[in-house]
Amino acid sequence: MPEILFFIFAAVAVGGAVGVVVSRSPVASLLFMVATLASTAGIFVLLEAHFLAAIQILVYAGAIMVLFLFVIMLLNLGHDYQRDIRGNVAMIIGFAVTGGIGGLLARQLGGGTAGLETNLGAGDAIDAALREYGAVGAIARPLFTDYVVAFELTGLLLLVAIVGAIALAKKAS
Amino acid sequence: MAPPASPYPWLVTDVNTPIAGIPLLVATSIKITVMFGVVMLTVAYTTLAERRISAFIQDRLGPNRVGPFGLLQPIADGLKNLVKEEALPGTASKLYFMLGPMLAMGPALVLFAVIPFAAPLPTPWGVVDMIIADVPIGILYILALSSLGVYGIVIGGWASNNKYAFLGALRASAQMVSYEVALGLSVIVVLMLAGGVTLTEIVWRQQQLGLWFALPLSLGFILFVISAFAETNRLPFDMPEAESELITGFHTEYSAMKFSMFFIAEYAHMLTASALMATLFFGGWDLPGSWDDAFWYQGELIRGFDASGLPVAAAPAVWKTLLTFAGFAAKTGFFLLLYIWVRWTVPRFRYDQVMELGWKVMLPTALAYIMVVATTILVLDELGVSGLAHGLALTAVSAICTVAFVFFLDRGRIIKGAAARHHAVAPEPSAVERETMVGEGATIND
Repeated sequence: MPEILFFIFAAVAVGGAVGVVVSRSPVASLLFMVATLASTAGIFVLLEAHFLAAIQILVYAGAIMVLFLFVIMLLNLGHDYQRDIRGNVAMIIGFAVTGGIGGLLARQLGGGTAGLETNLGAGDAIDAALREYGAVGAIARPLFTDYVVAFELTGLLLLVAIVGAIALAKKAS
Repeated sequence: MAPPASPYPWLVTDVNTPIAGIPLLVATSIKITVMFGVVMLTVAYTTLAERRISAFIQDRLGPNRVGPFGLLQPIADGLKNLVKEEALPGTASKLYFMLGPMLAMGPALVLFAVIPFAAPLPTPWGVVDMIIADVPIGILYILALSSLGVYGIVIGGWASNNKYAFLGALRASAQMVSYEVALGLSVIVVLMLAGGVTLTEIVWRQQQLGLWFALPLSLGFILFVISAFAETNRLPFDMPEAESELITGFHTEYSAMKFSMFFIAEYAHMLTASALMATLFFGGWDLPGSWDDAFWYQGELIRGFDASGLPVAAAPAVWKTLLTFAGFAAKTGFFLLLYIWVRWTVPRFRYDQVMELGWKVMLPTALAYIMVVATTILVLDELGVSGLAHGLALTAVSAICTVAFVFFLDRGRIIKGAAARHHAVAPEPSAVERETMVGEGATIND
């Protein structure tokens, strides 16, 4: 059952990602993006990372994408089907980068998943943490103990970004 | 501890083992089917209640012709919407126009899955939890999926290609994103006091504390109710469909079953929000007294802990399940009634007032309140205060916060109506002005 679900979610995620790029209406792109995010959240659930899945939906699909939609509609981009800046040079660069990433992935996966599994040897520790602290605690504990400096700095970075956005939006007068 | 006597003596199975295997599958299927039916019926009859109660408030009769007391009215409405002709605007984007109601209704109907609605039910095959899916993320599941409901409204309003529908959609997206923040923050105090995110855990903590969280977290409850009203687009926050400004906002172009789907989504959201208010702040299915307490603790269904800290086994019973379900239904029903009551009592906000309330009042208040509650809990824990005293101390602190909040929010101290603003700016008319005003036939008190 999880295998079947995995392939359904994976197919929707990849199909949605392709849809984001090829669809000509920004609103369709956005909805494809939401589908991709939602199926990635589904894969997170299959990996028993429930908290990540919830945050993925809550923050990305439920808030950030809604803001994107808001902006797309406010600028009235929704009904436009014109080609934008995709020139030949941009296309060549795009294909080159995609091909490069694909090649790297193929090389990594071509060697089998044995290497990945040894790297994920911490799985038992994660299971223990999930049992002891629950879905939220298992993530919250390391965030607020081992990685608290990095975590708080990230928060500070976001705050700076917000202040910067307001400073830019305010008319100099 | 001695296990309680089994209500099914002919069975070897201990009553306190959870149901598993095929019976679990069957039980879950039954629960899903029954709860889906219950949700849909409640939605249908909430619409009737809304119409009858609004009629009562406005001194009318309301729909009372179909069946006794108009009780068959929702069925007649449903049938009418099924057989009615669907209007599709010529300029609408057809695909998105169809997608809108689906995206609105889907998330609204799956929300109820994580809400516990009664005490565990003992069956010959094991104890059945009266919750469809006790997922480890509990309340986050509800917050996540309810945040997806806005897509239906926005896509539907945008696809209609109608300026009123479009304005409604824009308002909906801005309002729901704004109040989601306040809603999430008002839930955080509950999670801090409960020490967990699943709703079963939250109910259990309220049973153990001996107080429903509405008392120790009174301001959190007020913030939650306000944000939940805004999230469900109900008056006084029904900006996306403000009739006097936008015809009916995002669903202006919708008719028949598609309109009905938006309607079902709105009422299902209301039902979920009411059930959440009952669960987070009024003990969920818990009834006063510890006779009904039940929680899975290290694989055993327990009722609490004795003086030496040993778990006391719970004694689940069918009558307890039925009684607690009645309690849960009564609490949820009360909050549904509150929704209707407020709708026909309070006038609509202006749009700028909604945004101001959300960002300048709700958000800072919720943040400050989280700090206060966190500090209080930390101090109480350091002092070693536990049990009922812990709850009562928190109740006192929260009461002070609530009184301060209500004081500052009252009578135009922060949010002013247009009339109040005018009065604040306009100077007192002089005697001469008074004379002219009277001379022109105007009264000063206009």
